[in-house]
Amino acid sequence: MTLALHARLRRAMPQLIALSIILLLNVLAFPGFFDIGVQNGRFYGSLIDVLNRGAPVVLLATGMTLVIATKGIDLSVGAVIAICGAVAAATVANGHSAVFAVGAALLVGLACGIWNGLLVSVLNIQPIIATLVLMVAGRGIAQLITEGAILTFNDPGLIFIGSGALLGIPMPVVIWVLFALAVSFLVRGTALGLLVEAVGINRRASTLSGVRTPVLLVVVYIVCSLAAAIAGLIVAADIKGADANNAGLWLELDAILAVVVGGNSLLGGRFTIAGSLLGALIIQSINTGILLSGFPPEFNLIIKAAIIVIILIVQSPALPALGVLFRRTTSGAGE
Amino acid sequence: MNSRYLPLLATVVIFLLAYAGCALQYPAILSLRVLSNLLTDNAFLGIAAVGMTFVILSGGIDLSIGAVIAFSGVFLAVILQSTSIHPLAAFALLLAITTAFGTAMGAMIHILEMPAFIVTLAGMFLARGMAFVLSIDSIPITHPFYKVLKSAYYRMPDGGRFSLIGGLMILIFVVGAVIAQRTRFGANVYALGGGAATARLMGVAVGRTTILIYAFSGFLAGLSGIVFSLYTSAGYSLSAVGIELDAIAAVVIGGTLLTGGSGFVAGTFIGILIQGLIQTYITFDGTLSSWWTKILIGFLLFAFILLQKGILALSRKTGS
Repeated sequence: MTLALHARLRRAMPQLIALSIILLLNVLAFPGFFDIGVQNGRFYGSLIDVLNRGAPVVLLATGMTLVIATKGIDLSVGAVIAICGAVAAATVANGHSAVFAVGAALLVGLACGIWNGLLVSVLNIQPIIATLVLMVAGRGIAQLITEGAILTFNDPGLIFIGSGALLGIPMPVVIWVLFALAVSFLVRGTALGLLVEAVGINRRASTLSGVRTPVLLVVVYIVCSLAAAIAGLIVAADIKGADANNAGLWLELDAILAVVVGGNSLLGGRFTIAGSLLGALIIQSINTGILLSGFPPEFNLIIKAAIIVIILIVQSPALPALGVLFRRTTSGAGE
Repeated sequence: MNSRYLPLLATVVIFLLAYAGCALQYPAILSLRVLSNLLTDNAFLGIAAVGMTFVILSGGIDLSIGAVIAFSGVFLAVILQSTSIHPLAAFALLLAITTAFGTAMGAMIHILEMPAFIVTLAGMFLARGMAFVLSIDSIPITHPFYKVLKSAYYRMPDGGRFSLIGGLMILIFVVGAVIAQRTRFGANVYALGGGAATARLMGVAVGRTTILIYAFSGFLAGLSGIVFSLYTSAGYSLSAVGIELDAIAAVVIGGTLLTGGSGFVAGTFIGILIQGLIQTYITFDGTLSSWWTKILIGFLLFAFILLQKGILALSRKTGS
């Protein structure tokens, strides 16, 4: 058991080191970064802020990890956030209870996941294109629901999801921790994770060896869309309104980035949810750090781009081959 | 008939049917004025979509286009505002930058063997970030040369204006089609889309072709940025968001296979016209909200993917 833990730690080492470096830089730029206080009966501080603000990306990254492990990709999550936020806001605006609104949003998320899953598994469409359909149309649908306006609401139950706290911990943090634990248990406590990896490595071979690939793919896309639906609830509850234009805009790219930064290959196969969570937290720490340090936020995207490029080079499948080549030539020269 | 042409044919038929349907309801849509506006309004998208066609034909994707267009606009606005350099020199400088940018992305994709998706995503962040660093404000371009370029149009018999940028788009489409169908490079792009390993065995210089494709896409994105800045007379770092998706949609609706290797530049042109037509129809109608454009384009995208799947299955059946 300790050995397994050790191996796991070693695997996540690059991400842990990256996160430590970024947190260290944050402390240097903003000495009070690690201070955690208690205000109005809840924890308060920059570190808590990272965990709290990162909730949508962490949730998306959890679902996206599974999708990417099957050699897929889900571009529609940003649009699903907008749709589900709009559904929840419209439901409470029509006088229904918060529980009903949450249920409705989750159901719509489920429907989006089934749609994506069917396109990928039954119609055999490339995932990037299959989910592009919902990405393009989704924001239009969300605007149809909100009728083009920002739909605001005052329901305390729904707002609690965004700004409430449980035992002093902000609700979004509670939600993503529970969700990540549940998904991790689902895939690692059962053989499901192994099957997902098998599909990602070779879909045809796993179908031939008896894996019910279509069902598995639909389930994976459902988990991803449900994560987006929950993120949509948090985003909407946070601003007490559904903004069909901007809710979750480009979050799919952040989520994919988090998964890749977390050490997962876009080519499918082995995956680590913990890595993706670390990846999402790295991205959020960068964002928060740039804001806190007073560094112009214009540089945010450039720093992000630089980090992706560094991680790409480190993870590149061509790198070991280049290294071997280099070593051979040097040893050859020495002889 | 060659099944290769079926998606293109379907696109043309759908466009003609849609145009006829619109014309039945609003006869004014048939006028040359509407047609020339269709070209002018979609010029920047069309030029970028030609580059995207090549990228997708080779089995790749380029997410950086919208960000490069925004960067180009801001770059031109800043350089024309703060220096006395002639716009033509600024255009040349910009095209050199965006071509180099595309080349760098192509090189990364080939040398690091990374998916085009994630490399061009980094490129998108970088280009948008550079635009932010140059300026976060919307800067107007007031150079007199811009006025000259903007007033260069051919007046149609009914008063419509066939603008310079509309003409440029058509020229780029013609050049793109010739490159795709009549040159060694074009053949290599198709071969690469059919499969990198096969292409290599056939003697295609895979690395050189990959880099050239993304350089070409970067060049056209820069050109599209110039057209966009002419069209809007301003540079703004938050403009042209999501243009890459519109370009991908135009390519798919135009009948190009997303797995690469099959499709036509001319199809993309029709894809652009169909998107423009939807927008024009919504403008004419006046009661439909603009978000119907997105939903309809999403639906068309879906319909065309299904159509391609059907044709592919059919041709396989008859082939074997």
